[in-house]
Amino acid sequence: MGLTAASTGAAAQDKGACLRRRTPEERIIAIAGNPNVGKSTLFNALTGMNQHTGNWAGKTVALAQGRYKGHIMVDLPGTYSLLPHSAEEEVARSFICLEKPDLCIVVCDAACLERSMNLVLQVTEICPRTIVCVNLMDEAKRKGIRIDLELLSYRLGVPVCGTSARDRKTLAALTATIDRSADKDLSPRRIQYTAPIETAVAVLEPVIKRELHLKQEARFLALRLLEGDAAIVEEAAKKAGASRLPEEVIQAAERGREMLAAEGLTADRLRDTLVSCIIRNAEDVCRGAVNYHSTDHLQRDRRADRILTSRAFGYPIMILLLLAVFWLTITGANYPSQLLSEGLFFLGDRLSELITAAGAPEWLRGIIVDGAYKVLAWVVSVMLPPMAIFFPMFTLLEDSGYLPRIAYNLDRPFKRCSACGKQALTMAMGFGCNAAGVVGCRIIDSRRERLIAMLTNSFVPCNGRFPTIISLISMFFIGAAGGLFGSVISALLLTSVILLGIGMTFVTSKLLSATILKGEPSSFTLELPPYRRPQFGKVIVRSMLDRTLFVLGRAAAVAAPAGIVIWLMANVTVDGATLLAHCTQFLDPFARLLGLDGVILMAFILGLPANEIVVPIIIMAYMAQGSITELDIAGMRELFVDNGWTWVTAACTILFSLMHWPCSTTILTVKKEAGGVKWAVISAVLPTFIGMAVCFVFAQLAGMFV
Amino acid sequence: MLKQRTLSDIDIGGRAVVERLRIHGSMRRRMLDLGLVPGTAVECVGKSPSGDPKAFLIRGAVIAIRSEDSREIIVR
Repeated sequence: MGLTAASTGAAAQDKGACLRRRTPEERIIAIAGNPNVGKSTLFNALTGMNQHTGNWAGKTVALAQGRYKGHIMVDLPGTYSLLPHSAEEEVARSFICLEKPDLCIVVCDAACLERSMNLVLQVTEICPRTIVCVNLMDEAKRKGIRIDLELLSYRLGVPVCGTSARDRKTLAALTATIDRSADKDLSPRRIQYTAPIETAVAVLEPVIKRELHLKQEARFLALRLLEGDAAIVEEAAKKAGASRLPEEVIQAAERGREMLAAEGLTADRLRDTLVSCIIRNAEDVCRGAVNYHSTDHLQRDRRADRILTSRAFGYPIMILLLLAVFWLTITGANYPSQLLSEGLFFLGDRLSELITAAGAPEWLRGIIVDGAYKVLAWVVSVMLPPMAIFFPMFTLLEDSGYLPRIAYNLDRPFKRCSACGKQALTMAMGFGCNAAGVVGCRIIDSRRERLIAMLTNSFVPCNGRFPTIISLISMFFIGAAGGLFGSVISALLLTSVILLGIGMTFVTSKLLSATILKGEPSSFTLELPPYRRPQFGKVIVRSMLDRTLFVLGRAAAVAAPAGIVIWLMANVTVDGATLLAHCTQFLDPFARLLGLDGVILMAFILGLPANEIVVPIIIMAYMAQGSITELDIAGMRELFVDNGWTWVTAACTILFSLMHWPCSTTILTVKKEAGGVKWAVISAVLPTFIGMAVCFVFAQLAGMFV
Repeated sequence: MLKQRTLSDIDIGGRAVVERLRIHGSMRRRMLDLGLVPGTAVECVGKSPSGDPKAFLIRGAVIAIRSEDSREIIVR
């Protein structure tokens, strides 16, 4: 699950692949493979780039690039075949077919080599210069699987290396092979199709070669044309300089198809025969080269699955895990948060003195210290500790292989809402960053279901909203109960809020598929990878550096200027009142209906670029001088209560935080991913409308009883 | 005529061999890519909490398939 510097926030928007060789000697090396075979781990190990890796099918959503010994290395999305179904699989095929990498590395899972071999054979059909990397050798060994790499290499006609990408030492053979093969021509094994297909290809292939000046990929393109998939061929033609498919090619394809039809091979039958041929070839390659020494190598995983996905424990364990993660986050973050806050505000006071001593005007001191610095300090002290705990824990769950089980467990409820179980995975990504969650929706095959997943992603609170919800819970709902009891209650309440968000995801998904996104749930396959022991050390370092610091950096980048804007709004006076007061007074009557007040609503509006700054804006607006002084939970509660807050206000603020417009980055990402302003608007309006409705009903009901 | 046995009839621990696929279009392609061609041995290794989807061991990998789809895979 790529929650990384390259996949969250503004960077989450896919900029598309743009590859340019800087020197003629520079080579482009593509890494392809089935989902979840350690492709990204290998990519990281080779390029040294901190691209995040996870343990579930389809996590590489955008093309990650890195440098390997002066060459460009590209990590392609996981794919089972080059006959694609989903948008991200198409990326892999288009890249290999159109960008023409100089070298392809196909990463295989040693534990299910036969299936990986499918892809190897298809890749070598287009790109003869291929290296096969049989990864996860350690895992296969534990499962009693022996693999004869030399025999495989002999049969495939390309180099084959065995690796365990998690163990860097095993990579030496691979890097040596890459260095040796970069410019060597190979003649890999060709997939043998049935006689009628080979005859038809023999008619079409020379025409493509001649008309489009293509060599190695002509056979592949001929096959695609024969099965009626003209799109990729047209793209290849464009790439080759032709404005459209030459008439000769179209005629030859027509002839080929007639020949096949005469043999009873209609489009559907042809497709089946092609795939069967590839699989038979893969079986032939593996026969005798892969030996199983024990048949019960999956027993451990199955025992775990029997508990984690059982009727009795499946759902309770999921909720307990969620609860445990939140409890650890809240408890662990409490003390460091306080310490950071004290330290940063102490520094702020010194900074303030320094500026005054330097003879700067009061307004300048106000902007720098009370505006920019204090909002920044608040964001850092409140956000950093929970993130530093939450992200690594989340990564551990991801690394262990548990996340796909969540999708497996939740598929039925999602299907009831005519959505896809994989939406559970994009939802889980949303906890880290909604923009990343929206990009992650590419793993869903059907466009209708993908749109549902995108539009509902913001119902899970992202990391920018957690701290707001947590601090409001501890202010208004824990009260005097401190210690273990208090933290457990906090975690329980937070979990309930999250469960409400998940509930709303289901309700809205159902609503969408009954209205603007009508349709039946499409079919669904999900790979359940083996459980793996997470790499604790690496996980913690990587998620700290990659996720935490990055997300924090983004928040800080927004917080400092926002602090200045708010300070100005709170200090510039027009007609006897500050700008901020004018705005909040305007919003107040409407906000009151929702159980909020003008300040809170204003804070959410100003928080559009980043949700993290909502609470500091509220505090700043309430403080007469328009800046934050050091506040602990009790002090903040007092300030809020003085401004008319009750538990109802707090509850409504929490609800509104859970359900309102997503941050601007997420909205822009929806526009890009869904391909339309319309969807971006819906993604903002839908949760806002629902949030307002829920807050209104809650506030009115509470008003009746309190 | 006897009802044909399908993949969805296989319970945990049960094994079967694929005979043919009744599905079409992209799902057929997906199943074929996973290695579900006629003659492939399949074993059911688990169920999700609500009983659907089920998990099948196919050529060394565990794949979850919904009953609507597995109903269309005839086995023997």
